[in-house]
Amino acid sequence: MDEKSQKTTIVLFSGDYDKAMAAFIIANGAAAYEHEVTMFFTFWGLNTLRKEAAVRTKKGFLERIFGAMMPRGAEKLGLSKLNMAGMGPQMIKHVIRKHKALPLPQLIELAREQGVKLVACTMTMDLLGLQQEELLDGLEYGGVAAYLGDASDGKVNLFI
Amino acid sequence: MKADIIVDTKGLACPMPIVKARKAITAMKTGQVMEVLSTDKGSLNDFRAWVSQTKNELIAHEEQNGEYRFWVRKL
Repeated sequence: MDEKSQKTTIVLFSGDYDKAMAAFIIANGAAAYEHEVTMFFTFWGLNTLRKEAAVRTKKGFLERIFGAMMPRGAEKLGLSKLNMAGMGPQMIKHVIRKHKALPLPQLIELAREQGVKLVACTMTMDLLGLQQEELLDGLEYGGVAAYLGDASDGKVNLFI
Repeated sequence: MKADIIVDTKGLACPMPIVKARKAITAMKTGQVMEVLSTDKGSLNDFRAWVSQTKNELIAHEEQNGEYRFWVRKL
């Protein structure tokens, strides 16, 4: 990327399939706009980046409970509306296929292909008891300063 | 109109048309023309905005029975 390229940053705070999908569609669009794109994942948004497989880790009791109760990965997220105990996500995935839109895991793959920088917030990882081994490979790790560093030059900064 | 490359995004939903267009145009030489086919109803506004933001030129566009065609010159 050249120095003139513009920046977009997105904070994904929510851990809902629909909101994560919106965030990744904007990220992919911004990358196609030749923007440098940073996505910063905090709180429930971190679950989007979890590996599907269980990872053996050393954790305390509370962290273990949190880990078990939160969705493991993009495919497992619920909907922010009309979740209906998991029926909603099945329905939306059906509609996504019908309209040839990309499902969330593929949007994430595409974002990585397009060079979108994915940053996991280390402070909230600690709070939720998530360890680096449990998250996708190739992420960056940082805090609010890392985010603000990018957001200060960002023309588009979103909190989802 | 003669295009150097045709990018077919028919049937694909947002954001795929511009993602594919961007991939294709990156590999093109300055002055070459790309033709993009799309059935996404938002694509006219999308392409107008994308072309001006990425400093390329939208030479022409047309719509027929819900099918859009855009000709973009790489500058």
